[in-house]
Amino acid sequence: MSRLDTREKLAILADAAKYDASCASSGTSKRDSRDGKGIGSTEGMGICHAYAPDGRCISLLKILLTNSCIFDCHYCINRKSSNVRRARFTAEEVVQLTLSFYRRNYIEGVFLSSGIIRSSNYTMEQIVEVARSLREDHDFRGYIHLKTIPDADPELVRLAGVHADRVSINVELPTERGLQRLAPEKDGTRIEGAMKDVKLAIDDRQDAKKRYKSAPSFAPAGQSTQMIVGADSANDRDIMLKASSLYDRFGLRRVYYSAFSPIPDASAVLPLNRPPLMREHRLYQSDWLMRFYGFTPVDVVNAAGDDGMLPLDIDPKLAWALKYRDNFPVDINRAPRETLLRIPGLGVKAVNRIVTSRRWRRLRLDDVARLSVSLAKIRPFIVTEDWRPTLLTDRADLTKWVKPQTQQLELFGA
Amino acid sequence: MFRTGYAMRLVTLAEEDDFDGWRDAARSLAGARVAPQDVAWRVGESAGDLFAAAAGPVAPGSAAAQGAPAFSVPRGFVALAETVICHSDPERFSLLYALLLRVRDQPRVLDDAADPLVRRLEIMAKGVRRDIHKMHAFVRFREAEDADGSRFVAWFEPEHHIVRAGAPFFARRFASMRWSILTPELSVHWDGARLTESPGASRADAPNGDPIEETWKTYYASIFNPARLKIGAMVKEMPRKYWKNMPETALVGELIAGAQAREARMVDRSRDDIGGNAGVAWEGVRAEAMACTRCPLYRDGTQTVFGEGPLDAPLMFVGEQPGDQEDLAGRPFIGPAGQLFDRALGEAGIDRSAAYVTNAVKHFKFERRGKRRIHAKPDGGEIDACRWWLDQERSLLRPQITVALGATAARSLFGRVVTISSMRGQAQQARDGGETWVTVHPSFLLRVRDNKEEEYARFVEDLVQIGKRLEALS
Repeated sequence: MSRLDTREKLAILADAAKYDASCASSGTSKRDSRDGKGIGSTEGMGICHAYAPDGRCISLLKILLTNSCIFDCHYCINRKSSNVRRARFTAEEVVQLTLSFYRRNYIEGVFLSSGIIRSSNYTMEQIVEVARSLREDHDFRGYIHLKTIPDADPELVRLAGVHADRVSINVELPTERGLQRLAPEKDGTRIEGAMKDVKLAIDDRQDAKKRYKSAPSFAPAGQSTQMIVGADSANDRDIMLKASSLYDRFGLRRVYYSAFSPIPDASAVLPLNRPPLMREHRLYQSDWLMRFYGFTPVDVVNAAGDDGMLPLDIDPKLAWALKYRDNFPVDINRAPRETLLRIPGLGVKAVNRIVTSRRWRRLRLDDVARLSVSLAKIRPFIVTEDWRPTLLTDRADLTKWVKPQTQQLELFGA
Repeated sequence: MFRTGYAMRLVTLAEEDDFDGWRDAARSLAGARVAPQDVAWRVGESAGDLFAAAAGPVAPGSAAAQGAPAFSVPRGFVALAETVICHSDPERFSLLYALLLRVRDQPRVLDDAADPLVRRLEIMAKGVRRDIHKMHAFVRFREAEDADGSRFVAWFEPEHHIVRAGAPFFARRFASMRWSILTPELSVHWDGARLTESPGASRADAPNGDPIEETWKTYYASIFNPARLKIGAMVKEMPRKYWKNMPETALVGELIAGAQAREARMVDRSRDDIGGNAGVAWEGVRAEAMACTRCPLYRDGTQTVFGEGPLDAPLMFVGEQPGDQEDLAGRPFIGPAGQLFDRALGEAGIDRSAAYVTNAVKHFKFERRGKRRIHAKPDGGEIDACRWWLDQERSLLRPQITVALGATAARSLFGRVVTISSMRGQAQQARDGGETWVTVHPSFLLRVRDNKEEEYARFVEDLVQIGKRLEALS
């Protein structure tokens, strides 16, 4: 292979990294470089520095160290049997690229992953070296997200956590069967074992911080994972229950869903359809319901149809409300916060505004209109001082009333 | 309030975002109980306006000196006002003053988010915060050399008057660099220790390029996934008004234009490549299907009955579901209906061993009557749940012709309920685009009482027609 320059390598290794959905750069400890040494800062809310036409934000330099891999996971463009062009960055190249992008305010930090070369430990060492060099040689205070390799030595994973803001391990597929079929070299138990180790290390650190202020930091932005949607036979119910169990057991900050998109040089085991983007979107909505709206896993699973799939034409919260109509209408002026959160079309912020406002006045319909985004969507489900939806929630054709009328145009309709 | 023949009060503020000036003036106006509609606010150079003296910047405490009692405002109001001051709406000063008077009488009014004035100001504050956030995100520095070495310079055009409010972020992040952000209204500079200001600048004052930008554009183009085009989502978060000062946005047009072609190429190429490992893939899919729990039917059935036949078969038959014997043997179409099917195929001159035979639903659904298991029709949910497997089989085989045997198979292939009589005898297009023919299920021929012979003959006739069509295609 002829030698590639940095830009050629970047094209290959960024292309290889784009199937990872995570781009978050938020939720870490606050740092800045006002002491005049080093470079960079992090401040709670992440910043999306650009958006690509796929609607995904670009906040981090997301690349692989190398796209060569000894594994043969069917869904992965970098698998051993794929014919993609291979490239490899040295740790120093990644460090320089990160710094030169960071200085120009293109990015907030780096998200580094890698194909597995030689051995898990060797690969992990290379990844850790990039983070170490950024932190120690260049006093870099921006965001670092490292993907850890499931079978790497625990000491290397610990070092990754010391330098990184976030570490992640992908569970890849929601079912063990799917993993066996599509990623034969990966092992669900080992992946979860590694997640457990990271969780324990994070807990330890938090414990230590209570006693010693100087306790070394460990992945202050926690850990996350990713599941591929639409590559195996798992339905939405399987995926939602899996996500909820991951949140519960490993204290994950985020579970990312990635609609499986056709990759160049795909394996024949995989569906060659357009990625199920709407399905991915509905799963994220269900995830939000669990994390911010007080829905239990059972609630969101109940919003799914008999075939275990969430409806694609309406959001899961509306689906739940249409299915459990006896909970409605809700009196905006009296209902507790958790009940208000169940009203379709009402977000967390709107609910907060309603709760503070109603201390001062009995809310009327036009008050609710000012406090929310779309009154039309909410109206059938609420009671206000001047409004009561007569019989609307008992109508058989209620779905028609509240379902969004416009449909996004299919750009590439089959 | 009492007012007659009273001239308008004019307040002149030093800067667009002069919060201190506004606060001092507002405090003394409020002390004098001047109504909001009697105050005009402006920003500008000229002092010595006709009435400016009446309510110009006043030292703290002077309200008390005028005989009005001093009053304090909640912290939330100060934070809101500091933000709203940066908005580009010329009415902001007067709206804030109106709210100040309300706050004085009713300190908790800010909690009433449904109040129209509070809501309007909250929305303005949100616009300002968003603009500051977008400044932090979309400023693009270019490296330039000056007398003291390298300096990073950006040209940026914000929507509101936020440069001063947005600058400290860059001082925290890039403290060890020397940088300047130039905007039409105001420029800010950092020398490594202090923030300084200078008047507005023009685009020509900023460097017109940076060699790293090409590398950045390479990254932007490569990280984009053409299979997931979502232009609306991009524009919502990165409005076009910011594009002209971001180097990477020059690529957006060609990336979108190329996306469809790139995706089609990816799919095509991968379709062409299938074949080599189709056998492995089919084995993998089948193994996964054996443990399927996508619908409740797996609980009662003995096993998943997957399709069988050569993977390069040009002809695929899709039946309804396995029956009693198929359930026990684990193979499709071997019971009474299967035997009848074989006989009809023979008469029509079609070799079953050259066709792939499968079912729309892959578990046996039945009701128990005494010792017998009686076939029960699968419902829509079960058909939909199982369609995933059929789709997998179809994408692996890509048969030239698919034959739907009966209504269940047709529902699965077309994605809707169809009547067999209306579709029979001519080529149809399935949901996934493949050529599909519809006929009855062989078990119908076992069940039917009247015209048994005729129905059977018609079934064979359908198969003959399909056989001819297949010959024509190959």
